[in-house]
Amino acid sequence: MTVESIETEAPATQAIAAVEAERKPRSLTWLYVATLIGGIGLWALAAAIARNPLIPTPVDVVTDGWSIIVDGTLWEHTSASLVRVFTGFALGVLLAIPAGFLMGWYWLARGLVEPWVQFFRTVPPLALIPLVIVILGIGEPAKIFVIFLASFLSCVLATFQGVRNVDTTLINAARVLGAKDFTIFTRVVIPASLPFIFVGMRVALGASWATLVASELIAAPTGLGRMMQAAAQFLQTDRIVVGIIMIGLLGFVMDRLLLLLERRLTSWQETRA
Amino acid sequence: MTNLISIKNATKVYSTSRGDTISLDHVNLNVEEGEFITLVGPSGCGKSTMLNLIGGLLQATSGQVLVHDKPVKGPSPDRGVIFQQYALFPWLTAQKNVEFGLRLQKLSKAERAERALHFLDLVGLKDFAHALPKELSGGMKQRCAIARAYAVNPSVLLMDEPFGALDALTRVQMQDDLLHTWERDRRTIVFITHDVDEAVYLASRVVVMSPRPGRISEIIDVPLPYPRNEALRLSPEFAEIRARVWRGVHHHGEGASPDPTSPNSTTPN
Repeated sequence: MTVESIETEAPATQAIAAVEAERKPRSLTWLYVATLIGGIGLWALAAAIARNPLIPTPVDVVTDGWSIIVDGTLWEHTSASLVRVFTGFALGVLLAIPAGFLMGWYWLARGLVEPWVQFFRTVPPLALIPLVIVILGIGEPAKIFVIFLASFLSCVLATFQGVRNVDTTLINAARVLGAKDFTIFTRVVIPASLPFIFVGMRVALGASWATLVASELIAAPTGLGRMMQAAAQFLQTDRIVVGIIMIGLLGFVMDRLLLLLERRLTSWQETRA
Repeated sequence: MTNLISIKNATKVYSTSRGDTISLDHVNLNVEEGEFITLVGPSGCGKSTMLNLIGGLLQATSGQVLVHDKPVKGPSPDRGVIFQQYALFPWLTAQKNVEFGLRLQKLSKAERAERALHFLDLVGLKDFAHALPKELSGGMKQRCAIARAYAVNPSVLLMDEPFGALDALTRVQMQDDLLHTWERDRRTIVFITHDVDEAVYLASRVVVMSPRPGRISEIIDVPLPYPRNEALRLSPEFAEIRARVWRGVHHHGEGASPDPTSPNSTTPN
């Protein structure tokens, strides 16, 4: 075994590099900026033509948004929503990962858990709200529970799939090196299914935000959903748009943070989608 | 020389919903310590099944597989396996991959690193110790897998078409490197291939297998001296043995093949 032979492989490696260079997508940053400016411009134009006080202009929205930033109410609502989303999402993921692993690894766990997961997956979490209110009341636990459920159901199946998809050759490679079940689980199955878990977490995050607003529509003293609901009663459409933008931005930022974490932890993957 | 591996009347039947498939039918084989055995045969002849029985990744339906006179009950670090698809852990660097088995042997961190670097150096990958598998070429990945198998010091190496996915030039280089390593410590190797040239060039004995059901049809001694080199590959003695193996693989030992002496003819795929 010598170093020289590596040279014989160089042409193949170069060829692969060349193909990858051709496939490299062009940077879309300028297009993103252009389409955002264009979209807001179209909105301003449409609002100006309509001259309807119920259709807010971008300026109305910014002005109203600034006023509630200054007096602190926006932060009050945002932080209440963030706490709910984050608690529900985190609890859901923390329970979904071990549950998904158990389902993927032990037929007993799969048989016992899967029917329930599949059933509740087809029921939108919102449909459970009436029952949850009756049982848990209208306080924080009810809202967090609904978000938790949405998060858990999205993440558990992705984790399960991840475990099922672990390459058996890798498991065999670990076995012939002397690894027993526990080692295989912690040092092969967990890292190998990490990409799937991240996909599940990102879906769970989306589901958590989707459920949040609905849960706050019921009865909440604070929260972005509550703020929008109250604004609707006074026909303050500009404030409703502020709420929509905040939810969109927060969801986007949290998704990006998760993506960043995913890239750091799964950068070993051969291909990147 | 003593028998390191004895396969006695081993049969392996795979049961599927469409019925049973006999993958290996009453096979007998003894492998002596220090031998380089190649198993050659068309797809479906049971050569991988045989390797997995020795490796302990599969259990025989009937018959016995003994290693060091003890029945094989499961995988063991004493029997290293090299897979065609390398099977490196993609999230670990080359060095950490080699250390995987050493960690299970409870070696200290310093000992692990030292041993891993030694074996990476042996396969010419010392400069790539911190590279991830995705940064290595196919040949380099397989070198790393070989280093990982050697590092735990097994008494036999089981290689399942290890060079099958490599280009022809790299493959020849890998064959020479493997022989070079083997000549130094004469560790027993059982090597699967469907490339007749490769089978003859490497082996001290070639085991020819035939499919449906998987059986050993012929065992051909290769009395060519080691070290082997390019000149030997082109010698008439090599061509003669090659022709015998070729006939064994393609015609189950009967009749003549169309052009067995052409230097480029190997089995398809």
